[in-house]
Amino acid sequence: MLKIEKLHKSYPIGDSSLHVLKGIDLSVESGEMVAIMGSSGSGKSTLLNIIGMLDEADEGNYILDDVPIKNLTEKKAAIYRNKFLGFIFQSFNLINYKNALDNVALPLYYQGLKRKERIEKGLFHLEKVGLRDWAHHLPNELSGGQKQRVAIARALAANPKLLLADEPTGALDTKTSHEIMDFIQSLNDEGKTILMVTHEEDIANMCKRIVRLRDGVIMEDKFVEQVRASQYV
Amino acid sequence: MFDIDLWREIFQSINMNRTRSLLSGFTIAFAIMLFAILFGIANGLNNTFAEGFVDDAANSIFIRTGRTTKANKGLQAGRRIQLKNEDQDYITDEFGNKIQYITSRIYKNVNASFRNEKNSYPLRAVHPDHQFLEKTIIKEGRYINQLDIDNSTKVVVIGRLVEEDLFLKTTALGKYINLSGIPYKIVGIFTDDGGDNEERMVYMPVSTAQHIYGNNDYVDQINLTYNPNLNFDQALAFGNSIKKKLKDRFNVASNDQRAIRVQNMAQGTKIVGQLTFGINLFVIFIGLGTLIAGVVGISNIMIFVVKERTKELGIRKALGASPRSIVSIILIESILITTIAGYLGLIIGMGILELATPILEENFIKDPSVKLSLVIGATITLIIAGAIAGYLPAKRASQIKPIVALRDD
Repeated sequence: MLKIEKLHKSYPIGDSSLHVLKGIDLSVESGEMVAIMGSSGSGKSTLLNIIGMLDEADEGNYILDDVPIKNLTEKKAAIYRNKFLGFIFQSFNLINYKNALDNVALPLYYQGLKRKERIEKGLFHLEKVGLRDWAHHLPNELSGGQKQRVAIARALAANPKLLLADEPTGALDTKTSHEIMDFIQSLNDEGKTILMVTHEEDIANMCKRIVRLRDGVIMEDKFVEQVRASQYV
Repeated sequence: MFDIDLWREIFQSINMNRTRSLLSGFTIAFAIMLFAILFGIANGLNNTFAEGFVDDAANSIFIRTGRTTKANKGLQAGRRIQLKNEDQDYITDEFGNKIQYITSRIYKNVNASFRNEKNSYPLRAVHPDHQFLEKTIIKEGRYINQLDIDNSTKVVVIGRLVEEDLFLKTTALGKYINLSGIPYKIVGIFTDDGGDNEERMVYMPVSTAQHIYGNNDYVDQINLTYNPNLNFDQALAFGNSIKKKLKDRFNVASNDQRAIRVQNMAQGTKIVGQLTFGINLFVIFIGLGTLIAGVVGISNIMIFVVKERTKELGIRKALGASPRSIVSIILIESILITTIAGYLGLIIGMGILELATPILEENFIKDPSVKLSLVIGATITLIIAGAIAGYLPAKRASQIKPIVALRDD
């Protein structure tokens, strides 16, 4: 599904440069649910961004679903992002002047679907996250948990192969976090491959595999017994 | 290709960000409005000047006489100088190729009547060339011709308003009008851009008037136009040399200002030309200033808009928006707002001009209108400027890595 070899990334800081990823090797199979952990500055978000094609690696190979991701033009990257990836952000990143339905349907717009189809699919995914009744509300009329669920519905709308979540529960309270995790687990149960960045141990333990980063290298990569979030809900 | 979804996106963006849209629209509308009003007023000023001189040919020279104020060559002051037919012939002989048209004038007032209608009108007895000097436009029939002069025929050419006054709704051409007891055949009806007074006028051959009023060869005034190929200095010199020759001919002292007066329109024409040029220069300067202010305004707004939308554009990119769709969504929105606002500004500006016309015309600003094409040109300039000003930041925004755009501030 996903294969990364000898990935390097550095950011220029003034005259010198900061070496953030120092040769990462990682492969993820279809249907996995992986948590990438590490303290701040360990490079975990950078890794996720490179996987998400939001950022580019300096060196190394990245193969997603048998497609080598390298030297992409912006246009190609846009097509791949739309086809392969769904994003869930810590700060939701909903477009604030679009209602929930329009937000969810936006990736479908960029897939070139007809409006009728977009509405149909959008409503279907909102239904899935339990927010069908909120379809015509603007983001600022929703709670944090609801916003994140709209964002998840949006990530799912394009039917991506891989869901990428950057601290999906970072801006939420414990109870809402568990609800969101429960939902993400149910997506994984249905077969979606999920990759998430978190620094919370209990959230990481709700995944099936934990990859620990420190100073740009993988310290530990182990499969864990998944803690079901449903028991807390 | 018409992409309804793209337009839906754009209208949603405009509609949901009203303050931003209104502000950028206002800048454009205001600039175009000012532009239209300014050009309108300047045009009005130009019209005022142009109208002051539309009545007569711009290259006219008028020769009038009076009484001498200085004794000269044994002749006393206070002597009356009288122009005669032979003086016109003398000028023609002396200056032949420098003269374009030449005519004499005799002024009279006549009581005219046709059937029961009566009125009094100024009469000018003239030569055929007078038509061109006065810019008389023949509406029906003909003007005075050389045969009329040679035969002293009793014919007249009357103004449009004379026909209206005396002949009511019927045509005057070919009928006989009674001027102070003598019937004259009407051979032509004319109009004149110089205003109503010029159209309440009767023209008759010089020779006819001389036969009927006094049986002499006197004329009141000699008017001529100089060859339009003469430049300003040559035209002035020509006027002065006429004056000098005539003073010699009538034994008038060279420093006598009253006996022979030569009024040369070249001077006035030059001043008006300079004034018009000055006004136009001023207007172009201010018009350009307004446009530049508009361009700077729209550029600022576009840069601000792109900055404000950076995060949204980042989200769109993360969801699969191509760089092209990012650029087009920003540009089309900007062009749409500029076009609508420019159109509104145009309408408002034209409307204000229209409403203010009566007030402005009282203040010597005649017909303050502005060419539609000019204002549309200004609007298009702003649209293009807005597009260019929007394109660069939009292009940059489309190339920012989404991760930079999405970074929390």
